[in-house]
Amino acid sequence: MPQRCAIIGSGNIGTDLMYKMLRSDSLELVALVGIDPDSDGLARARKEGLEAPHTGPEWVLENADDIDMIFDATSAYVHVRYYKQYAEAGITAIDLTPAARGPKVIPPVNLYEHLDAPNINMVTCGGQATTPMVYAIRRAIDSLPYAEMVSTVSSSSAGPGTRQNIDEFTKTTSTALREIGGAEQSKAIIVLNPAEPPILMRNTVFAGLPEGSDHQAVLDSIHEMVDEVAKYVPGYRLKNPPVVEVGPFHTPGGEVPHRAVVLLEVQGAGDYLPTFAGNLDIMTAAAMRVGEAVANAKSEVPA
Amino acid sequence: MSATTNSVDYRLIDSTLRDGSHAISHQYDADEVIAIVRGLSSAGVQVIEIAHGDGLGGSSFNYGFSKVDEKELIARACEEAGDSTIACLLVPGIGLADDLKDVHELGVGMARIATHCTEADISEQHIQTAKKLGMEAIGFLMMAHMNSPEGLVEQALLMQSYGADTIYIADSAGAMTTEDVRRRVNALVDALDIPLGVHAHNNLAMAVSNSIAAYEEGAANLDGTSAGLGAGAGNCPTEILAAVSNKYGIETGVDALKLMDVAEEVVRPIMPRQQVIDRAGLILGYAGVYGSFLLHAQKAAERYNVPQAEILMELGRRQVVGGQEDMIIDVALELARKHAEAGE
Repeated sequence: MPQRCAIIGSGNIGTDLMYKMLRSDSLELVALVGIDPDSDGLARARKEGLEAPHTGPEWVLENADDIDMIFDATSAYVHVRYYKQYAEAGITAIDLTPAARGPKVIPPVNLYEHLDAPNINMVTCGGQATTPMVYAIRRAIDSLPYAEMVSTVSSSSAGPGTRQNIDEFTKTTSTALREIGGAEQSKAIIVLNPAEPPILMRNTVFAGLPEGSDHQAVLDSIHEMVDEVAKYVPGYRLKNPPVVEVGPFHTPGGEVPHRAVVLLEVQGAGDYLPTFAGNLDIMTAAAMRVGEAVANAKSEVPA
Repeated sequence: MSATTNSVDYRLIDSTLRDGSHAISHQYDADEVIAIVRGLSSAGVQVIEIAHGDGLGGSSFNYGFSKVDEKELIARACEEAGDSTIACLLVPGIGLADDLKDVHELGVGMARIATHCTEADISEQHIQTAKKLGMEAIGFLMMAHMNSPEGLVEQALLMQSYGADTIYIADSAGAMTTEDVRRRVNALVDALDIPLGVHAHNNLAMAVSNSIAAYEEGAANLDGTSAGLGAGAGNCPTEILAAVSNKYGIETGVDALKLMDVAEEVVRPIMPRQQVIDRAGLILGYAGVYGSFLLHAQKAAERYNVPQAEILMELGRRQVVGGQEDMIIDVALELARKHAEAGE
């Protein structure tokens, strides 16, 4: 039986996710929940024949019996306020905010480790784009003393949630590079670029390679992982072939003789927003991947 | 209207230990910091800014690793500051509000929160944190040549609404003519309830004259660095700005001769290269490219055997903004491929 789902947050992410979910066999979208009755997202939800209440998370709690899973596309602040109540109501929460209350999931790395968790965190768009690369480099070498990511997104695709709490983005992303990517030390940077026409989302991964690392193995592993991510984010690709540069580099994890540089680009699928907003697309695509895996796991286990 | 004391016409903020850090690839050590702070403080400089060149938390692959942890250097600077206020710069997206708490404990009294000139709304969290800590907060709009006077007013008003005490516009690419500066300063001074400052670069040899023009239009704060040490072809040289101000009869409160001593005896000896407007420096100003890209582009040019000038021109064409140093590698790789395909 498909899982009955509600999306909370009728902004860019929530609305894009709605269009992806309407195509799903295992996730049955019941409602797009907002707080502004005049929002474009809610109008679009009504047009699709969905419930489109504007009473926010309270609506979900009032209708908890008819909802198996929520996708939270509000803000870290709102998620922190309600996440316990979702769990108490028996609703699985896929959290697209950087609140990071549940285990962090990056699909090609640890999708199957947390399918029974009541709350799953989708990290950040930059985390979804770069953690797979850090993991790919880490698995090809003995240890990864330091990894760093730089995300540049077009100004028009960075919503108010990101802007008001940009520290959440860098902290949560940096943590994911260590906890899931396997780096010992890490740093995350985000840059907004207002150029017109808007740039596609860009992500760069730098990784310090210790003495004796097999560079060819690192490069091969990167290429394999790009293909893996592109299976669920079709616009995910290398902008240039990955390179290994000669240092030495004095990283916080110690001096390394070389660094790998991976230059990525993410083009969105254009479900709701223009294709330049790859940062939003990779979040909603990853959340769909997780939601469907959770639904499949639930349908295999008799309730 | 003015945040300066009664005795001076504008307040001088020296950024040798922050923006100057770009020019020495963030390799300051404690002895150098102590000598520079002592010199600037004894010359009467009101505010001394120190941090990684890209602000607190800037030490990274992307921007270059600091030789010595910036917080260790900031602690030394605070100890030696005398009557000067120690300031730090923070770029949201690179540094964290938590960094402000750390440096406030070390004795830093001013936080400059820097965003690209169209993205002021990412500074709210950090301006408010600085204010809560009791620091003076300056909203710092970078690459100001990329926004119109009206656009800058809109952005500056946002920062004012978050609680900023002063607004700065930075000509980070050294791309502005004097007319560009006058129009922007004029519009901002009219629109704001708080003082304005201008941070100039010398890529078009306009830094000092643009700073004086900014003062004439009502700017109450000006930036400089000793010997012009800084990103691109360098900053507005503090000692020259002080000397020129004296000639105009503008009261700065700083001792121009002492600043010349600091520049000559303390700063020049540690400079790996003098701040000249060579081809690459000029192209930054001409193409409107972020000044701190200069040395990174030089490295990438050597690594991938492509002309540095071509890299810089392409970065200008792509409208990259401060912080996108990773795009230098991107552009170098693409140029290398193009040159290879053309059989060069």
